[in-house]
Amino acid sequence: MSEITAEQVAHLANLARIDLSSAEIDRLTIELGQIVDSVAKVAEVATPDVPATSHPMPLTNVFRDDVVVPSLSVEQALSGAPDRAGDKFRVPAILDEE
Amino acid sequence: MTNLINQTASALAGLLADGTVSSVDVTRAHLDHIDAVEPDVHAFLHVASDAALATAARVDARRAAGEKLGPLAGVPIAIKDVLATLDMPSTAGSKILEGWIPPYDATVVKRIRDADLIPLGKTNMDEFAMGSSTEHSAYGPTHNPWDLDRIPGGSGGGSAAAVAAFEAPLALGSDTGGSIRQPAAVTGSVGVKPTYGGVSRYGAIALASSLDQVGPVTRTVLDAALLHDVIGGHDPLDSTSLTDVWPSMTAAAQAGLKDGALKGVRVGVIKELNGAGFQPGVKQRFEETLALLTAAGAIVSEVSAPNFEYAVSAYYLILPAEASSNLARFDSVRFGIRVNPDDGPLTSERVMAATRDAGFGDEVKRRIILGTYALSAGYYDAYYGSAQKVRTLIQRDFAAAFDQVDLLVSPTAPTTAFKFGEKLADPMAMYLNDITTIPANLAGIPGMSLPMGLAPEDGLPVGLQVMAPARADARLYTFGAAVEQLLEAHWGHTLLSQAPALAHTEMFATEGGAV
Repeated sequence: MSEITAEQVAHLANLARIDLSSAEIDRLTIELGQIVDSVAKVAEVATPDVPATSHPMPLTNVFRDDVVVPSLSVEQALSGAPDRAGDKFRVPAILDEE
Repeated sequence: MTNLINQTASALAGLLADGTVSSVDVTRAHLDHIDAVEPDVHAFLHVASDAALATAARVDARRAAGEKLGPLAGVPIAIKDVLATLDMPSTAGSKILEGWIPPYDATVVKRIRDADLIPLGKTNMDEFAMGSSTEHSAYGPTHNPWDLDRIPGGSGGGSAAAVAAFEAPLALGSDTGGSIRQPAAVTGSVGVKPTYGGVSRYGAIALASSLDQVGPVTRTVLDAALLHDVIGGHDPLDSTSLTDVWPSMTAAAQAGLKDGALKGVRVGVIKELNGAGFQPGVKQRFEETLALLTAAGAIVSEVSAPNFEYAVSAYYLILPAEASSNLARFDSVRFGIRVNPDDGPLTSERVMAATRDAGFGDEVKRRIILGTYALSAGYYDAYYGSAQKVRTLIQRDFAAAFDQVDLLVSPTAPTTAFKFGEKLADPMAMYLNDITTIPANLAGIPGMSLPMGLAPEDGLPVGLQVMAPARADARLYTFGAAVEQLLEAHWGHTLLSQAPALAHTEMFATEGGAV
């Protein structure tokens, strides 16, 4: 059995920047426990002699010529932003007041 | 006039090329049908009627002026909402991107525009492609045209339902663990997941980057090949795009229609994907298809893939891990919605957390948290690291199988379309539904689903999955076209011709409210 606790889920939610309600945390604690128990079986066959595969079609050193190509204009880049200040993205305070 | 919506894309292409019909006629016929059936089906999140008719008129004018156009020029197409489109909202089925109009086209979208296809609109999907039923779309589910109380599969249920309901002859989909193939199976249509890297992912809103692949959603194998030829090939904007020079998939499909195309083809039945948990009618149609293949000269044998039993587990570690990283970009700064917390200081961190709480649905939150857990220090080796090792073992199983046979087959999905709500409360039951399709994504190999009949117990479509070695996509099209022809000759009709009529709204309209 996995030992997933509500405190752990709250910590993960904080790391993932999702402001979960306590009801959501309670439900996710149960669901994650079930899912983790089920998927933990990968360890049964993942012995040290088996190499890991991160990518299905191994590719190495993908290069292109270093030439300038058209990119987004400032207007295009800002077109989907929820808030802007002139030619910049406008964000809430980065640092807490505390 | 010919019934334009029931035509295949290749037939429409012929009618357009010889001037029998105009693209405006074809496009209008599809838009009218969309108006008629969308209240029932809800395959689309956005329909671009005016733009589609304007594009069709331009294509007609160029054809009339004698310009040489591509084979699918003037044929309408639906686009899964996971793909960025310059002139249409692109939400990936999520509230967090509601109304977002990207400043660029996905490469596959650019390619269909360059080939003069007519974009009709954007199709519904599970939020960020997480799901097997479209029940996780933030904009409500799509209904299966065969039975409106049932799911159309997922995540690409909108694209599959659009072609199955004759709202579009072609659609684009994306397949991370079966999101093209499983919807094809449960709607009686055709779907192809190409070799990983065979089709560009640039502009496809990323779910799990090492698994995602864009591909065709159609009603026939030849139509899928025609679309594959338009969207496939190297794209310098996608660093994982293969630089291979690909053969014509259309020519490969046409080769499958010749006599004797199945003679001597070695077909492997995967033992682990043909056992317990499969609906009786699915198994029955599969066995009957194997018998037809044998009678047509194919050599059918059983092969074993012992590590497939670990595939779902590995997938549900790798996918959430990659998704939790990919979805970090939804930070309420560059695109999408911004939601302020109800109280407390308005810092970037708190606004981001409030936005992601409001913008993401339950399944997306579940997978982000699971992925964050799987990547945490102390758990990484046990979960993510082990899952990557299972990926190696599954690739080895495929390599061993393809030493013995040319192609592998299985049912595309363990069951026919299930009812709304049936698996919603049990995430693991929903995940296990993907057992047949996930191995191909983990290994990067191409897979196709095509209809192989209706299950006797419920009259709903059953799909045959065909898989080929990496880079052997052409082999899928040759075999797929041959099997499709064999089955349709056996039935005496196409499978979709058996689907119930949908156009209630259309009928009401013509009867002038008499009902």
